Amino acid sequence: MDLDFSPEDAAFRAEARAFIAENYPQALRDRSRDEEALSKEDYLSWHRILAKKGWSAPSWPKEWGGTGWTPTQKYIWSEEQARADTIGILPFGVNMLAPVVYTFGTQEQKERFLPGIRDGQVWWCQGYSEPGSGSDLASLKCKAERITGDDGKEYYLVNGQKTWTTLAQHADWGFFLVRTDPTAKPQAGISFLLIDMTSPGITVRPLITLEGGHEVNDVFLDNVKVPVENRIHNENQGWTCAKALLLHERSGIAGVARSKRGLERLRQVSRTQLSDEDGPLLSDPAFKRKVADLEIDLTALEFTELRTLAGESSGKGPGPESSILKIKGTEIQQRLTDLALEAAGHYGAPYLRGLPHNFGAVGPDEAHGVAGAYFNTRKTSIYGGSNEIQRNIIAKAVLGL
Amino acid sequence: MDFSFTDEQSMLRDTIASYLADRYDFDTRRTAIKSPTGWRPEVWKAFADELGILGASFSEELGGLGGGAIDNMVVMEEFGKALVVEPYLGTVVIGGGFLKHGASAGAADTIAKIIAGEVTIAFAYAEPQGRYNLANLVTTARKDGAGYVLNGHKAVVIGAPWATHLVVTARTGGGQRDAGGISVFLIDKATPGVVTRDYPTVDGRRASEVFFENVSVGADALIGDEGAALPLIEQVVDEAIAAVCAESCGVLRKLHEGTLDYTKQRKQFGVPIASFQVLQHRMVDMFIQLEQAISMTYMAHIKLSEPAADRAKAISAAKVQIGRACKFVGQNAIQLHGGMGMTDEMAIGHYFKRATMIEGEFGSVDHHLRRYETLSFDAAA
Repeated sequence: MDLDFSPEDAAFRAEARAFIAENYPQALRDRSRDEEALSKEDYLSWHRILAKKGWSAPSWPKEWGGTGWTPTQKYIWSEEQARADTIGILPFGVNMLAPVVYTFGTQEQKERFLPGIRDGQVWWCQGYSEPGSGSDLASLKCKAERITGDDGKEYYLVNGQKTWTTLAQHADWGFFLVRTDPTAKPQAGISFLLIDMTSPGITVRPLITLEGGHEVNDVFLDNVKVPVENRIHNENQGWTCAKALLLHERSGIAGVARSKRGLERLRQVSRTQLSDEDGPLLSDPAFKRKVADLEIDLTALEFTELRTLAGESSGKGPGPESSILKIKGTEIQQRLTDLALEAAGHYGAPYLRGLPHNFGAVGPDEAHGVAGAYFNTRKTSIYGGSNEIQRNIIAKAVLGL
Repeated sequence: MDFSFTDEQSMLRDTIASYLADRYDFDTRRTAIKSPTGWRPEVWKAFADELGILGASFSEELGGLGGGAIDNMVVMEEFGKALVVEPYLGTVVIGGGFLKHGASAGAADTIAKIIAGEVTIAFAYAEPQGRYNLANLVTTARKDGAGYVLNGHKAVVIGAPWATHLVVTARTGGGQRDAGGISVFLIDKATPGVVTRDYPTVDGRRASEVFFENVSVGADALIGDEGAALPLIEQVVDEAIAAVCAESCGVLRKLHEGTLDYTKQRKQFGVPIASFQVLQHRMVDMFIQLEQAISMTYMAHIKLSEPAADRAKAISAAKVQIGRACKFVGQNAIQLHGGMGMTDEMAIGHYFKRATMIEGEFGSVDHHLRRYETLSFDAAA
């Protein structure tokens, strides 16, 4: 048991760092910490650069473009990206859908869909939640009926509504859970469909969140025709895909490297922001203790994640333990934004979104947008299976209760 | 011992509640805070004329209804329930507070105009370097003939875009953090040299960065004693904190009620999610926080008239409890609403945002814990 980086690891770190320094787009450097929403091209530009390098899908099987990195290398890679404040690669295609496709898809489906995901050519969104089906996802009602088209081919006719669909406004394609057998038990009547978002009958409606951003959407499906060959896995076995996908979604959700970077920024802010008394905020023992406390919690999570990664490299897929990563990871992300807001003092209050660009800054730069980040980050303990649901999963699947 | 309200206070509450129910529903408010001005002057006018509540906490000889701090508490709690943005705190509680407690030339006249809804006031006290320390001031008021010349920058002055006047704290002497050398002025915002940059706040208010550039005011602008105003400032800020605590009780009640309602009607796994014990216990803990917040708000108002040290201790204790309650109840209200809690379309998120801002208003939990500790353990007994 050791944590030593081998000379190869050190060389890899140097390579990763140099690659980011040389290739990360300047336009993103300027914008990634701005409140302003990134454009579709912004999001995809970094993805495409990584794809060219062969680094856009590290965890995939090598034959489809995986890097074959060791857990240590993956860890180093996530650290280097966080260190440079790069934007993340969107998880919907690479981390969520792709494992379903390469695990359950046909050879033809793999060939059709995986390259577009890997290369950042196709933007995917996730059609899971419905207004009446959140935590109880298996109760979903979005209906898909088999029909024969005028062309004599088999289709699903899809009707229903999905919600909280992240960045659907940019999506080219979506993966959807739909009900194909209304008579079966809830989990047994669901299928996993890939739907072209330009299909007639699809409407995307923005949902504005409480900090004023537009990330999530309602997606309405009205008599949308989907070719049967766009179904992954067997009809009525979509729940198997959904569960596998959620495990992958959860393990990516911990965000340890990003939180470490966030903590570094928080330390920096507390060195420059002033306390009530003479001196920086970090000289205030109460604030310093909260930062230390958070850092310790994050260290524990980091080692828990490393243990999980090590387990995965020995052939175990992500298991229900990934719920620990989701719970702790999101709690830490939330506490970080909480402390950043606290550090900003009075300057947490200004809301500058939507003001003209020439309005200029109000208060110190590091206070800009902290309240919005705090409000927005509340979502993390709700999405991807709420933290209450994660605790249920651990109770049942890990503790056997 | 008596925790009941007088008939007048109950009437005041009913009057405000019924007016706000008619004219201050969520959608109307949302439209108003997004409008260019961000508030509704006609509502303020109605507070003055139709409801007559702006005078509730002033004595009869000043033209008021003879009430006091408890009347402010009633008003602020109702305002909290409807997320009222109009500047009652700045104008009546703080502006009125300075004019009541500190001697000044035109106090009676200004109070009459406050009651009539003609004068609105914002409190320009915070400075970029000062955090929550009321004495940490670099804004100066230099003696100039009979009057003063002000220079400095005041940070995040809530309600300043709507104000006709500003109450300004400034140094007439002493060093940056000295208790001595601080004075308070009431200044017409239209005075030459008062420069503002106006912007919205995350909780739907408006605020300004206010710059004083050689602003000349007469001797009659001074409130209280020159160079010795810190105790007056502390007294009025303590009253403001009590009022904000009362507002938070309204906000917290709505967060808690809204969460109970939502979890009772939201069904998952075939049952209302309110039937899950883990959520029931969470809502019980929210309820406990709310009740403790209400208790501390009563305590704070009752002790406002105690000697300064006792008053300050009580106020800081209340603000600590309110800060914690705002965080716990606010965060859990959103969590239990799930995705719905994250939308701008539902009221719950707006209550959460206000609760979050109240946490830091006039001092964070840490600030008030420290003040309490100092008063409670460090002061020479």
